[in-house]
Amino acid sequence: MIVRAALAVLLLAGPAAATKMDPPPQSTNAPVMSALDVRLKRLESELRCLVCQNQTLADSHAELADDLRREVRELAVAGKSDDEIKAYLVARYGDFVLYRPPVKPVTWMLWFGPFALLAGGGAVGWVVLRRRERAAGSAATDAGGESEKKARKLLDDDEDGGAG
Amino acid sequence: MIPELGHFALILALLVAIVQSTLPLAGAAIGEPRLMALARPAARAQFVLVVVAFACLAASFAGNDFSVQNVATNSNSELPLHYRLAATWGSHEGSLLLWTLMLAGWTFAVTLFSRNLPPVLLSRVIAVMGLISVGFLLFLLFTSNPFERLVPPAPEGNDLNPLLQDPGMVIHPPMLYMGYVGFSVAFAFAIAALLGGRLDATWARWSRPWTTVAWAFLTIGIALGSGWAYYTLGWGGWWFWDPVENASFMPWLTGTALIHSLAVTEKRGAFKSWTVLLAIVAFSLSLLGTFLVRSGVLTSVHAFATDPARGVFILVFLALVVGGSLALFAYRAGKVGLGGMFGVVSRESALLANNILLIVAMASVLLGTLYPLFLDALNLGKISVGPPYFDAVFYPLLAPALFLMGVGPAARWSQASVPGLWTRLRWAFGVAVAAALILPFTLGRWSPLVAAGLFLALWIATSSFVNLYGRVTSSHRPGLVAKIAANSPSYYGMLLAHLGVAVFIAGVTLVKGYETEQDVRLDVGQSVAVGGYEFKFLGVQPGPGPNYRALTGTVEVRRDGRQLETLRPEKRIYNASGQTMTIAAIDVGVLGDRYVSLGEPLVENDVSGAWSVRVYLKPFIDWIWGGAFLMALGGFVAICDRRYRLAVRRRTESIAAGPGSAAAAD
Amino acid sequence: MMRVLRWSIPLGIFVVLVAFLWVGLSRDPREVPSPLIGKPAPAFRLSKLHAPNETLGAADLKGTVWLLNVWASWCVSCRVEHPLLVQLAQQNIVPVYGLDYKDQPAAGRAWLTQHGDPYAVSIVDLDGRVGIDYGVYGVPETFVIDKTGIVRYKQIGPITPEALRDKILPLVRELQR
Repeated sequence: MIVRAALAVLLLAGPAAATKMDPPPQSTNAPVMSALDVRLKRLESELRCLVCQNQTLADSHAELADDLRREVRELAVAGKSDDEIKAYLVARYGDFVLYRPPVKPVTWMLWFGPFALLAGGGAVGWVVLRRRERAAGSAATDAGGESEKKARKLLDDDEDGGAG
Repeated sequence: MIPELGHFALILALLVAIVQSTLPLAGAAIGEPRLMALARPAARAQFVLVVVAFACLAASFAGNDFSVQNVATNSNSELPLHYRLAATWGSHEGSLLLWTLMLAGWTFAVTLFSRNLPPVLLSRVIAVMGLISVGFLLFLLFTSNPFERLVPPAPEGNDLNPLLQDPGMVIHPPMLYMGYVGFSVAFAFAIAALLGGRLDATWARWSRPWTTVAWAFLTIGIALGSGWAYYTLGWGGWWFWDPVENASFMPWLTGTALIHSLAVTEKRGAFKSWTVLLAIVAFSLSLLGTFLVRSGVLTSVHAFATDPARGVFILVFLALVVGGSLALFAYRAGKVGLGGMFGVVSRESALLANNILLIVAMASVLLGTLYPLFLDALNLGKISVGPPYFDAVFYPLLAPALFLMGVGPAARWSQASVPGLWTRLRWAFGVAVAAALILPFTLGRWSPLVAAGLFLALWIATSSFVNLYGRVTSSHRPGLVAKIAANSPSYYGMLLAHLGVAVFIAGVTLVKGYETEQDVRLDVGQSVAVGGYEFKFLGVQPGPGPNYRALTGTVEVRRDGRQLETLRPEKRIYNASGQTMTIAAIDVGVLGDRYVSLGEPLVENDVSGAWSVRVYLKPFIDWIWGGAFLMALGGFVAICDRRYRLAVRRRTESIAAGPGSAAAAD
Repeated sequence: MMRVLRWSIPLGIFVVLVAFLWVGLSRDPREVPSPLIGKPAPAFRLSKLHAPNETLGAADLKGTVWLLNVWASWCVSCRVEHPLLVQLAQQNIVPVYGLDYKDQPAAGRAWLTQHGDPYAVSIVDLDGRVGIDYGVYGVPETFVIDKTGIVRYKQIGPITPEALRDKILPLVRELQR
């Protein structure tokens, strides 16, 4: 009981003291990313560079990437929203430029497929479980006393020394 | 001379592999012991020959033999020796030879650790592995010969890709391939079981340690790849859901499901057909990964130089091997028997749910990776599927599986009860919830996603602790040491691996929740403040390296005015290729990393002036790889279990395998 | 029988997968198709390479079928297709207009003098904005634009004799009717 309580306290308090993140010190000279910069970086990390196609627009050093970042910045400064900026790029380069595929009929299977699969897998699993349970029920009544005793012993053995 | 020797060794290896894959199989089919007995010596001979071939290629690299095409393309005399040797597997041809070497090596290991295996099973396993060897050797010899000569020899080599000139390169591919290829053992066991038309718990006992070791190596390989990307690519990322990364992750997910499924088959005799299918799928995904990387079908930063002819070969090979195994499965799975019974709430059902979740997660990764190809093939346009998709889909799928990790070990086999589970686990649950709700405040900012991730990590940890505590306190042995020793290595392996997952999840959650970045322009002497630290930029100096020119920056890290560390991020321009690499400087800490990389000089070509610099704080990021290594360690501990080393225990299998299954080993 | 059917599901899925991978081998995953096909060619007004005081706009070219070829003096692959363009210009089938993309005008002029000038007019896109409007991501690229100013086809990469013979010229003839 005491061990458990001590552990609980440790878990709660231990990391807290060590990792407190301080707010940045107020220094007027220290450069810092503006809100616009932060927003642009986040947006650009969801866009694909067309030249180095395995990098985001945020990270690529390609010349076209420089040009596109310049365009994105001008659009943002002109007041365009993230969606409008994305639409601007999609109009010129197609959906390829988006790392987050748009949700439209041709990508429904992509976005909803995994969850449909989960539902399907769950249903199959449930059916299997029910079938095993019914079978287990009838098998238990069939089993003779001898083998059942041995089975029980093995089950208990398993708890003690066996593993997961 | 040496390259010819290597080439010749490969040809001989192919001939031996053909013998290895056909005669023992025939012997098993007709019951001829002399044919079956060919399996071991053939496998050993093949191994020796492939070692010779590999050694010849490595020697060519070490000796700067630029008359060998592969050496001329991938090496350079200025390259340090250890990288020249690593360049042996730095190309498509060389890495295929490494694959083949690993396969021969695993087969050799099977010949060593198989004293208890019945000859019929052993000969089939070795023959199946031999068939795969034949495929790879044919591929090597006919389309990807590493010993191709360059006439006249090049005066100098093109140099190894700078990205690969790194310690990570030396060890990441070998570890990864140990995993990929290791799954071929489980695959071979599965095929052997289907061919024999019979599968019992003993089969699972034999397969399990091989699968666990392969899984552990794959875990290490993936973790190394991730860590390598982190410090080598310069922008602080550690996972990009890149097609080749996914190609390694999918077998890992399937392998995890497989080792859990094998546990059920071994102990309870259930899930037999499912386990066989998983073994086939895991290795199939390894082969699919090989195809994706080398065929040019998907763009990836990892992809080798592509050639459609090679793609065709691998696809045909894939179709034959996987198609053949799945056809065999379709035909024979019914024969292997139904297996044990269990209740709706039981350890079996928890593991069944775990399997379903892992396989659905794997399927979602597969779907996302291949979807652009699907649409393109159907002329429905070109899209990109990247991290935003995978993050949105994968984590929700994985979360229930993580939750079950706390429930499964606490549930009894065959029949458990929900109230019973609740009694056992409510303390663990309460502590996890409370800590998950409170900790984010202490770390700076509360967020529901962070709380959810922390809850899962803590839940796994607390429920594992409770499980161990329960076992130790309820043991009848005298003394604490005896109580602890009463549990098997298998059990402690599981605990360690699960704890590794908890550490991993904690790392991922905390890094994603609290990482901060500043990407700013700094004059010499200027500082930027990030999360309580101050980073002072002291300019960039040019300097020489072994085979590159370096631009080395100096950044001092301070906290509360006190200097902690001096970091030296670099830009390297490699002499032979002209490529530029961004080498980050990282101050590693258990509670987080401070990460600095250079961007570009503000004035082009003026390196002594201001630069754009990226500074990252990555809290708890090393827990990601620490957790992964714990997982792998758990795997290695688990296979030390005595039961894998003792002779077959007939009593246990014939009863635990359940009614309807055949008797144990021949 | 029903058993075998159920156990055949993985095989069935795999067969479909292999079919897709097979088709994938003949596709280029790096190629980015243009979303402009069937849409109006983006407007521009840029100064001419050989007459910097004059300009040319997309609107000026309404009423003819024309090709827009994106090129640059620094582009190595452009030299591969250039002889074909010179030959095409001599045949007088369709006017080719050049977009000198992110290039120094002097270097552009020198390059044309050296390799031949197939262009009715070349215009200068110094900062690449017009290129971005046209979805240019690599050089060379070529667009086929019809009389009403709609983009009909985009050739990504150098024009090959096959592409010219099988796709571009037939399309041009059809549009010119």
